Order: sequence, then C-alpha cells, then structure tokens
Amino acid sequence: MSADSMTAQAGPVTPAPEYTGARKKRRHNSLTLGIVGWVVGILFFFPVLWMVITSFKTEAQAYTNTPRVIFSPTLSEYKTVFSSGLWPYVANSAFATIVSTILVLVLAAPCAFALSLRPVKKTRDVLFFFISTKMLPVVAAIIPIYIAARDLHLLDNIFTLVILYTAMNLPIAVWMMRSFFLEVPGELLEAAEMDGAPLRRTVVEVILPVVAPGVAATALICCIFSWNEFFFAVNLTATRAATVPVFLVGFISSEGLYFAQLAAAATVATLPVILIGWVAQRQLVRGLSFGAIK
Amino acid sequence: MTAIAPPVAGVHHVGARADRRRQGWVRRAPLLPALVFTIIITQLPFLVTLYYSLLSWSLVRPGSRHFVGFGNYVDVFEDSQFRTTALNTVIMTVGTVLIAMVIGVLLALVLDQKFLGRGVVRTLLITPFLVMPVAAALLWKTMMLDPTFGIVDFVLRPFGIGHFDWLSSFPLGSVMIEMIWQWTPFMMLLVLAGLQSQPKDILEAARCDGAKPFAIFRELTLPHLRRYIELGVVLGAIYVINEFDAVYMMTQGGPGISSANLPFYIYQRAFLGFQVGQAAAMGVVVVVATIIIATFALRLIFTSFSGTEQAA
Repeated sequence: MSADSMTAQAGPVTPAPEYTGARKKRRHNSLTLGIVGWVVGILFFFPVLWMVITSFKTEAQAYTNTPRVIFSPTLSEYKTVFSSGLWPYVANSAFATIVSTILVLVLAAPCAFALSLRPVKKTRDVLFFFISTKMLPVVAAIIPIYIAARDLHLLDNIFTLVILYTAMNLPIAVWMMRSFFLEVPGELLEAAEMDGAPLRRTVVEVILPVVAPGVAATALICCIFSWNEFFFAVNLTATRAATVPVFLVGFISSEGLYFAQLAAAATVATLPVILIGWVAQRQLVRGLSFGAIK
Repeated sequence: MTAIAPPVAGVHHVGARADRRRQGWVRRAPLLPALVFTIIITQLPFLVTLYYSLLSWSLVRPGSRHFVGFGNYVDVFEDSQFRTTALNTVIMTVGTVLIAMVIGVLLALVLDQKFLGRGVVRTLLITPFLVMPVAAALLWKTMMLDPTFGIVDFVLRPFGIGHFDWLSSFPLGSVMIEMIWQWTPFMMLLVLAGLQSQPKDILEAARCDGAKPFAIFRELTLPHLRRYIELGVVLGAIYVINEFDAVYMMTQGGPGISSANLPFYIYQRAFLGFQVGQAAAMGVVVVVATIIIATFALRLIFTSFSGTEQAA
C-alpha cells in the first residue's frame, strides 16, 4: 500500500502549481481517512485481541474490575485446556472437515463442469435448485434427520456429520466452481478438441491447470464452514463424535464460566480458521457470494 | 445458455434420435451424483417433515404417534409464543442485516481509499467474520458484556452506566450486537468488491467537471453499488434468519422467550419438549415463508450478476 502511494508521489510529472493545493488537501484527507480506518479496524478487532490476551492470564488476573493489560503471561490455561481432553474433539472436527471437503470437491467438480463448459439443457434450473437448498432452514430438517440417524444407529457417529456437511457445502461449491470453469478460455478447449484429444486429457491438461486455484479456494471455504458448524454437531453427537464447537459449549454448562480457560479454548478453536481466512482473503469474497463476485 | 434448436419433424430417423439421447445422457452424467445426493439429503427430510407435521407424536411417549391432520397447524397459528419468536426473527434479521450493511458500506468507502497500512486494516476488519460463531457468542457473553468484568462495562462506567446486565436487560439487542459484529465484515467485503470494480475514468471525469464528492457518491457510486448491496442483503438474510448459535450460547432464548428466534424455538419444541408433530408444523411454516421471500430475491439478483458476466 505505502509503495503505491510513494510511486504516485514520486511520479515523473511535476504538478502544475494550481494542482499542488488540491494535492495537499487530498494528502490531508488521506491522513484523516487512515486514522479513521485504523481506529475502526482496531475497534472491530479488539474483541478477538482481548480474547487472545485473556487466554494468557490466570483466572485471578482475568476477573478484575479494571481490565489488566500488564501482567506476566502464562500458558497454564492452555495446558488445562489440552489436558482436559480437547484432542478427541479436534480430531473429530478435522476428520469431518477434511473428509466432507474432499467429498464436496469430488461431487461438485463434474457437476460444475456439466453446468459450464458442456452445459446441460436445464442449467439455470439446476443452479437455482442448488442455491435454493441453502435457503431452506436446517431447523426444519433436523427432526427427520435426527430420527433417521437414531433408527439407523448413526447418532454420535462422525460419518453422519461428514454426510451432512457435504450436503451443506455442495451448493456453494457447485456455484463457485462453475464460476471458475467459466473462465477457462474457449479457444483452449476448441484447440484441444481440434487436436482430437480425448475428454479426459482435455480435463487434465487444459482445464485443471486453469481452475486449480479456484478448486483450492472452494476447498478453503468448505473447510471454514465445516469447522465452524455447530447446529448439527450439538444435536446429533454426544461423546464419541463431538466436534470442537461442542467442546466449547461444555464451558457454559459444566465448568461454570472461567474467563481465562474459556479464552484459551476459544482461541485454539478459532485460530485455524482465522489464519486460513487471512491467507485466502481474496477468495473469501468469491466464495461467500457463491462465485457471483470475482 | 446454449440455444436448443427445435427438432425438425420427419427429418431425423430413429438412429440419430437414439444417438442424440445418448449424447444427452453423456452430458448429464457428471451432474447426476451431486444432484441425486443433494436431493436425498436435503429434500427428503423436508418431505418427511411435511408428513410428521400431520402427526401428534411425542418422542418420550412411545405409541403416542397418531394422525391429526392439520391440527398442528391450527396450534401453530394460535400459539402466541410462535408469533413472538416470529417477530423476534424478523427484528433480528432485518436489524442485523441493515445495520451491518450501513456500517459495511461506510467501512468499504474508507478501505477503498489509499492510506498507510490499508491491507493490515482490511485484515483486522474481516477477522470477526472468521471467528467460530460459538466462540464469538461466548466471547461477547463473557469478556465483552459481563456486568462486572466485561470490557463494555468498563468503558461505559465513567458515563454512569456501570454494572449493567446487557444480556437480561437487552437480550435481543445483545444477541444482535454480536451478530452485527460478525456480519459487518461480510457486507464490507462484498461492497468493497463492488467499489473496486467501478470504472475509475468515469469518477475522474466527474471530479474534473467539478462534481462534489457527495454528489459523485450519490449519482455514480451508489447506483453502481446497488447490485452488490442487494446481494449482500439477500445472502446475509439467508444466514441470519437461520441463526442458532448466538441465541443458544448467549441467552438460550431468554429471559422467557424474549430473545428466542424461530430456529431456536423449534429446536426447543423438538429436542427439549419432544413435540415432533408441532415442531415439524412450525418448520413447514418457516420453510414456506422463507421460500416465498427468498426465491424472488435470489433470482432477481443472480440474474443481474450473470447478465454482466456475459456482457463483460
């Protein structure tokens, strides 16, 4: 960012005198904007920052009338969290997230292909069917899903969550990957077809390299949604298949409210997604808008 | 979309038609696994819900299951708690989405300008959206809004609003504050994408013609942003209307049902009250209402976006 503004100022064209006033004013504006931006940014970030700070306190330091900013940080709450059996929950979350994301990609890639590069007749209708499933409130489906899982002895089974997370993310992935497939240049495909290349080779050698970043972005979005999912997890799991969000619920019901320990657990639960999201900022917009915005 | 040529009668013989049909299935085949999977997992449960809604069935009393027709629906519409939670859902959705959008537009306008460390500020601003909703709700319930040890209490104490119990005095508002905090970054990102897709030369031309910044914003930027704002509102509403995590973690719908929304209320009926039939009937009512509102909005917006996609 600063590099941009520097090159702009150090441009080879010396400003005509009548413009300097305007430019000074604009620079003044940019300073004000910068301050506003930073203040609001820190304000929005503060709760997260405070969570992380609190996680390094002892309970006594966390419970003060005047929030303490200066204290000697300790890892004791993290140790408590990890020794209180967090790992099985992390393993469940990781399993459900990774397996469901792989399933989503396997199902969505050919589907998106059939809705973009070699479109079927009712492409529009199929697309809207997929997106409309995202609008239906899950709460209306949970009862039959619960009863079916109970009767099939699939309650508290991690594969139940895998299936549901796959269904939950599939529409987003189809829309998103379709928007990436549409960016494959038509000439490339035609050229491959003229060469008489079989479809499989066209896909592997022509399409895949172009859409690979898009596939990665889609996978990231699916991972975020699966990792954070709570409603299915809390209703369909108990002890064996419970995920990280369910672990956090334990803090309000059994442990009572211990700020520092809660902060440590919440930080551990949240950190993976925050890091992924920071790295994949650009792709985030596209995924969240179902591929409508590039 | 591909134009389909109308079949010319009498020209094609049977072999060609069979061949064409086979071609159609070759095209359709890659689509089918995803489509069939989605139909089974997402549509089948709704059909079953529809059937359950005609039953009187308590999960804790085996053998209580019997057919009652539309009785559950009559109960739903006579249930004053259902009406209250429906109203809460509307307030929560409209309030959260609109406030988050207004703040999101303002933040996007700031981030669209160049200033030192803009990338860092952008990263800070999107963070709330990435926080696991359950963790975010706990964070606000405890470290932020606690009446004694919360940060908000500490900040407001000099203004004479000390030891104020937000969660029991303003339960719905407290939940909304948390949701607005989480959803503002989403709105900001969409609007920012809109601002950055705006052709710069037109803005420059307007500026050279001496147009005031506010006039430029109202006459040029806002119309350009309209589609992006609509998209944000619709997508935000889809998610917020189904919000469960924040209500469950922060207030459990309470005190009473003052902060319960429909997803939470239906959940309560089904999993704490074990009233399958009634909960199913409520679910059906919610689904029908959502479909009516959302279908038109979605088609409108995505059609406008795919239109420009083709033009570009």
